Amino acid sequence: MPPEATADHARISDVTGIAERTLARKILASQPFWVTVALLALSVVVGLYQPSFFTAQNVGNITRNFAPFGIMALGMTCVIITGGIDLSVGSIMGLVAIVAGLFLTWHYPWYVAFAMGMLAGLACGAVNGFFVAYVGMSSFVVTLGMMSIARSLAVVFSGNQMLYQFGPDAPIVKAIGQWKFPSGHPESIFPHWVPAFSSHFWVMVILAFLVGYVFNFKSWGKHLFAIGGNEQAARMTGVNVDAIKFQAYVFSAFCASVAALLILGYAGSAINALGQTYELRVIAATVIGGANLMGGSGSAYGAVVGSALLEVIRNALLMAGIDSNWQGAFVGAFIILAVLIGMERSGFSFKELLRHMFRSGKGR
Amino acid sequence: MSLLRLKDVSKSFGAIEALRGIDLEIAPGEVVGLMGDNGAGKSTLVKIIAGNFTASGGSIELEGRPVEFLRPIDARQVGIEVVYQDLALADNLTAAENVFLGRELKKGWGPFATLDKNAMVARSGELFEELKSETRPRDLVRKMSGGQRQAVAIARTRLSKALMDEPTAAISVRQVAEVLNLIRRMKAQGVAVILISHRMPDVFEVCDRIVVVRRGSKVADKPTASTSPEEITGLITGAIHAA
Ligand SMILES: Nc1ncnc2c1ncn2[C@@H]1O[C@H](COP(=O)(O)OP(=O)(O)OP(=O)(O)O)[C@@H](O)[C@H]1O
Ligand SMILES: [Mg+2]
Repeated sequence: MPPEATADHARISDVTGIAERTLARKILASQPFWVTVALLALSVVVGLYQPSFFTAQNVGNITRNFAPFGIMALGMTCVIITGGIDLSVGSIMGLVAIVAGLFLTWHYPWYVAFAMGMLAGLACGAVNGFFVAYVGMSSFVVTLGMMSIARSLAVVFSGNQMLYQFGPDAPIVKAIGQWKFPSGHPESIFPHWVPAFSSHFWVMVILAFLVGYVFNFKSWGKHLFAIGGNEQAARMTGVNVDAIKFQAYVFSAFCASVAALLILGYAGSAINALGQTYELRVIAATVIGGANLMGGSGSAYGAVVGSALLEVIRNALLMAGIDSNWQGAFVGAFIILAVLIGMERSGFSFKELLRHMFRSGKGR
Repeated sequence: MSLLRLKDVSKSFGAIEALRGIDLEIAPGEVVGLMGDNGAGKSTLVKIIAGNFTASGGSIELEGRPVEFLRPIDARQVGIEVVYQDLALADNLTAAENVFLGRELKKGWGPFATLDKNAMVARSGELFEELKSETRPRDLVRKMSGGQRQAVAIARTRLSKALMDEPTAAISVRQVAEVLNLIRRMKAQGVAVILISHRMPDVFEVCDRIVVVRRGSKVADKPTASTSPEEITGLITGAIHAA
């Protein structure tokens, strides 16, 4: 190679400053990292004002409260990575709880009831996936429709009654929803300050590791990201785009079903309103955790930590004595803020926008 | 024996007849230039060979055996690879991930097989080296220059045995020279190349044969040695009816 060509190369990389992405850089540039920092900072602040925040009991409660959202956020992340959205997760929860609850009240064994609930949830996911992936309809429209359908089915099936007479297997169902590790008993081998983590939390942890593993080490994960980045390119290179999109919606419904069954077990009852407006919190958690609604980015850890942050904010507001009706406003503001931060990271500058608006006088 | 053979291939999109009765043969190690005006049907022809479209009529043979590509993956499995003019890369993935998209290298067994990232990074590093391109396998494509993206797209074709091309849109003069060199090297290894380009000098430099398509029909198929840029221009525009 002629020497001037080499010099040319060196100059190009100097100017653009593109170095190999080191691990430290990657972490510093990632939204989940900053969300973790925010989560820790907020926890410390709340803990200083309200020492009961860090008690084993409160930690056990908080982690149980956000786990169902974390579980659903994992499914939502898969859908959002493909560039879609799933608005039906909250309603699917209601339907799953009612279907499982009905079978329990008919005195079927718990595993039959859970399987039927799961089946109902997966069927909803399959319908979503079919119309989005194979028919090519917008995910917003399809899942909005499913949101309405699943909720209405839940109300119809339940006869608008709360279901709680769960028959002989009721203790098993309750045990699943209320199981803890460590057990939290005084005679447990763990010291008393170790929180008793709920089954909800452990299910979320296991699912998060599974999803993280698939995102990073399986071609299915890479294909999911490729679809979000450039669906056309993924298709042309032979990625089975339709099948993978379909599976993403089924997985999202699966996660909602699991969350519903855990809550059903914990409460020992099923109501058709279970999960109402949860879709918003799940989407918020996912976006706060760094998933991009345009598709192509997101992570398992982000989904979990985003859900945790939302719960801690909620908890902090309660502890600060702010009326719980304000929560919606805070959560909404946080979604917008999180998206704005995400845009800043990918090159959009809020400062530039402001400067532009003021300079041009009348604004845009 | 020809590597790839198209017989009487046609394609219509509703009322539009994009291709009519195309016959085309390519031998191993042969480089064919495919030329024609905008909308003549070049991309459509490539997409049929690559399995993105199915032909409305006619047949395709690979090494003497009839083949039917229903999906892009079918064509890729027999080694047909395309560099598209509208660069089909996923911006949010790294260079290496793009090179191996849809045919990831794996280690381990059965359902537990995981991506072999190191092998993919090493292999794509070698491919970029061959292309003399300053492209780092672990960089995100989003942050790359046009030339680096092109290198990624072309590196993909190096993993296959026959290919169709439209690779020189949107890159610098030096990189065009590298792409042409690469085509010569692939030819030496017995890879068949279809080069689509609107750049007459490039086509005359590397192609053994030039095929001209006008309004969906093949109007010329001549050895490069026995034609001239003037004649080809005439054929493309229709000033010369057929040759
Ligand atoms: N998916 C499609 N649906 C309908 N018509 C199409 C489609 N793809 C291509 N066509 C039509 O087929 C004809 C051939 O298009 P094609 O893309 O093959 O042209 P081309 O020779 O590649 O042109 P260019 O030099 O501009 O790339 C055009 O009339 C185009 O409008
Ligand atoms: Mg074209």
